[in-house]
Amino acid sequence: MGEKLYAITEGLQDTPMHYCPGCHHGVIHRLVAEVITEMGLLDKTILVEPVGCSVFAHNYFKVDAVQAAHGRAPAVATGVKRVRPDAVVFTYQGDGDLAAIGCAEIVHAAMRGERFTTIFVNNAIYGMTGGQMAPTTLEGQVTTTSPDGRKVSHAGAPIRMPEMLATLDGAKYAARVAVNTPANIKKAKAAIKEAFSCQLRGDGFSIVEVLSACPTGWGMTPVAADQFIGERMVQRFPLGVIKAEVEADGT
Amino acid sequence: MVEKVLMKGNEAIGEAALRAGCRYYFAYPITPQSELPEFMARELPKRGGVFLQAESEIASVNMVYGAAACGARAMTSSSSPGFSLKQEGISYLAAAELPCLLVNVQRGGPGLGTILPGQADYFQATKGGGHGDYRLLVLAPDSVQEMYDFTLLGFALADQYRMPALLLADGALGQMMEAVKLEGEPKPAPDKPWAVAGRRGREKLNVVQTLALDRDELEAHNRALQDKYALVRRNEVRYEALQTEDADLVLVAYGISARVAKSAMAKARAKGLKVGVFRPITLFPFPEEALFALAKQTNAFLVAEMSCGQMLEDVERVTCCQKPVHFYGRTGGHLTNVEELLERIEQIMAGKAVR
Ligand SMILES: Cc1ncc(C[n+]2csc(CCOP(=O)(O)OP(=O)(O)O)c2C)c(N)n1
Ligand code: SF4
Repeated sequence: MGEKLYAITEGLQDTPMHYCPGCHHGVIHRLVAEVITEMGLLDKTILVEPVGCSVFAHNYFKVDAVQAAHGRAPAVATGVKRVRPDAVVFTYQGDGDLAAIGCAEIVHAAMRGERFTTIFVNNAIYGMTGGQMAPTTLEGQVTTTSPDGRKVSHAGAPIRMPEMLATLDGAKYAARVAVNTPANIKKAKAAIKEAFSCQLRGDGFSIVEVLSACPTGWGMTPVAADQFIGERMVQRFPLGVIKAEVEADGT
Repeated sequence: MVEKVLMKGNEAIGEAALRAGCRYYFAYPITPQSELPEFMARELPKRGGVFLQAESEIASVNMVYGAAACGARAMTSSSSPGFSLKQEGISYLAAAELPCLLVNVQRGGPGLGTILPGQADYFQATKGGGHGDYRLLVLAPDSVQEMYDFTLLGFALADQYRMPALLLADGALGQMMEAVKLEGEPKPAPDKPWAVAGRRGREKLNVVQTLALDRDELEAHNRALQDKYALVRRNEVRYEALQTEDADLVLVAYGISARVAKSAMAKARAKGLKVGVFRPITLFPFPEEALFALAKQTNAFLVAEMSCGQMLEDVERVTCCQKPVHFYGRTGGHLTNVEELLERIEQIMAGKAVR
């Protein structure tokens, strides 16, 4: 018997999602919801959602939620967690949200070792606004604002956020995963679980970057988009656990 | 006996915030308000509260957003350049109807300007410094005692109307030392059934959000906000009127400039000139009806503020050209000056003033 990877989870509301066909946001939602549910945290979890295609995440997750201004989710989550240290708090952010406009907020939340978890959805593009270049756009990748492909000499090279954040002492868990194959989905779920465990232990900041397909923004079929992740994105954004520190006095 | 304590204006705000039950304060240093975060850094941890110095004013106002979304009494403070940076967050706070206290200890602008006192953020404070149709409840103290009193009041009104309140002070009031009566019972925070907490068995999800892609939904939200602001206009107007009954000329000033106006009035009266002072205490809601009525009985107004004429526009607007409105303004670093003001008063009353 095959393993059941797409079971309906209590952590999601029973409603159709607005994401495009082949978009990975829905898969990532499901994985996060499954982890929260399986860990028995559904009743005390607070989502801080971004501005981006997942701005309506509160319509899908069955948890209390705060919608932050573009990029400010880590600051909002800081306020939330400081008032409710007994709650489980996670931000869900795109690459424009986290790596561009909200870069200062995520760096300083990680530096302070804020005890929340960040799910960072890297689809190498600004999905919601119509496929513009992101800080994570690959070299040569064509977007509506890099019509001749991203040139490193002009726009710099794509930023690797978890690697950068892992240099900070306050960041205790950092990993990069993908959800383009069943095997990767399994690993992604394990990493997300680790990140929430890190938060529950009170160790510090935890982040999981998920490479995510945006067939609409990329101008690809869903199948081609999954292949693009496996063949192109992982070269610049290698998968795996970047940092996993368990505090000795963690309980 | 109520305690009377000598303290700086900035510290009086902190003392009152603690009394109001504020336990979350998010800061970014800037002169001339740094005594306030420094006070909170010392005092909040002693009372089980959280003082956090953020990476920027953008972050600190968004931390307030998160804390207020959880139902906590939270606050942040800054001075003009930093307060500009908070405007994005303030628009979101107003849109999400999150109560909190904001403090702007104004200095002179534009740009980096000066660290010395100013009053040129009136437009930003009262007309909506961020995007969208929103208002803040704006309180303008003119003494260290009022820094204290209006901090208590600001938290109470913010909770009552579910909107951010702004204490609009200036560097002179922030640095000034005066005796303060530590009295006045803060209104305890009401129940906030809308606050996010994690569901904790609750069937309904609590969501704090500001997106309304559907234009009818957005318009309904805007109408509801405007209804609330109308209620605030009806119920919360505060002002002080001194010797305006028989005044031929009424000085209109708020904050530190109102103190200068009061001194100028005393000197003018000593010379037999019938001068009064009208001091708006709430800048939003602006005391429109009282000023309109005053325009019927006095002969002229003289607005005095540390700007090139910002509150002036509101005085002109609400007195509807019934009487001449004169202006005396100094800019950042130069306090309005009693002698200069008196000179203007004498010119106007001798019919020599050029408007
Ligand atoms: C202050 C501000 N600037 C710009 C925007 C417009 N905007 C909305 S979403 C977005 C980027 C979304 O891209 P990303 O974070 O990668 O998320 P995705 O939509 O790809 O999931 C931008 C620039 C905004 N809402 N607010
Ligand atoms: S635009 Fe891209 S990220 Fe947004 S929903 Fe569509 S596929 Fe997903």
